[in-house]
Amino acid sequence: MAAKVFTIDGQQITATEGQTVLDAAQDAGIAIPTLCHLDGVMDVGACRLCLVEIAGLNKLVPACVTKVTDGMVVTTNSERLQRYRRMIVELLFTERNHICAVCVSNGHCELQSLAMTLGMDHVRYDYTFPKCAVDPTHRLFGIDHNRCVLCGRCVRVCWYIEGAGTKNFSGRGTQSRIVSDLNAPWGNSRTCTSCGKCVQACPTGALFSKGAAVAEMEKDRGKLEYIVTAREKKQWIV
Amino acid sequence: MDRLKFATVWLGGCSGCHMSFMDLDEWLFDLAQVADVVFSPVVDTKEYPEGVDVCLVEGAVANEDNLEMILQVRRRTKVLVAFGDCAITGNVTAMRNPLGKPELVLERAYLDPSNLRPRIPQEAGIIPALLPRVLPIQEVVPMDHYLPGCPPPAARIKAFLQELIAGRTPQLNGCNISFG
Repeated sequence: MAAKVFTIDGQQITATEGQTVLDAAQDAGIAIPTLCHLDGVMDVGACRLCLVEIAGLNKLVPACVTKVTDGMVVTTNSERLQRYRRMIVELLFTERNHICAVCVSNGHCELQSLAMTLGMDHVRYDYTFPKCAVDPTHRLFGIDHNRCVLCGRCVRVCWYIEGAGTKNFSGRGTQSRIVSDLNAPWGNSRTCTSCGKCVQACPTGALFSKGAAVAEMEKDRGKLEYIVTAREKKQWIV
Repeated sequence: MDRLKFATVWLGGCSGCHMSFMDLDEWLFDLAQVADVVFSPVVDTKEYPEGVDVCLVEGAVANEDNLEMILQVRRRTKVLVAFGDCAITGNVTAMRNPLGKPELVLERAYLDPSNLRPRIPQEAGIIPALLPRVLPIQEVVPMDHYLPGCPPPAARIKAFLQELIAGRTPQLNGCNISFG
């Protein structure tokens, strides 16, 4: 496997063949903000938070789906990128009804901590206050669309890790929603195995275990890592 | 140095931010050394005075009284601080917004859950009319600073006010700008 040498924020880094910019940066201890990325699940570049600048390229590219090439010069944290990232997070907050104070994931939420990291002390755009449903029909879990950021992590774990294919997207634009089967109540789904991987994968409080009160919902990504490592490396993490 | 003319205002919020302010405990004595509290729910002034230096505003703009108040406060205050999540995001106060217009909200609050003589309270001149939707404060008037939290912990309020009193521009960062 040929090694790739490239520059990231002025630092020379060696990456392996086929490694993404995000992966190589993380290996080198350089933090790039992410939201739709989840270790062990294929990347889709949906949230645009990991956008980076590449010298010689006019457009910005998502680090999670961009492969490292030899001699590439990457900037991960320019003033422009910081501005765009904050803008993206602000727009996410206006798009649904994110009320941290009464959320099951308060204090354990990736969106909440992203806002904090990116210095969002207020939102400069008008909130849309959409009317969103809550589907509590599943025996063990619930989905609150008010808190969903449409990162698609639940869809990807459901299809590619569990292989059940229950979760999916419906609608377009602001009408987009995560659905179960062909937009059936989750509790009526014939494909859902109740494995709970979607709940653990969800970065916010949109997917939650029933019975969790405010700030009680802590996601356990370890279970996902356990399955993926077992499958790919035949190693069973104890 | 002239003493700071300091005020706090309570709009559409639960007063939790003010409770947190009271949690400053003995530091309030330090504050009293340098500032006069000229208007606040905890002092007995009826009218918001002119020439206030710093004002913390708790709560979102939910009804006509809130709207009138914040416009007056903005006119009469140099440094206006959005104090807590309701002021900044609408937070819990704005949870009514997806329900739609005020009539629907009042029906949901007073008629739907009630089974004994359901009635919507309407006393002209006493109960202020709800605005069509709850507004975060910066959608109504320009703000100078944002102090998030539900409520902002006392230590955060203190860190913020200390900077302001020292004549510096408060720069909250890290966990000090967390919502919720």
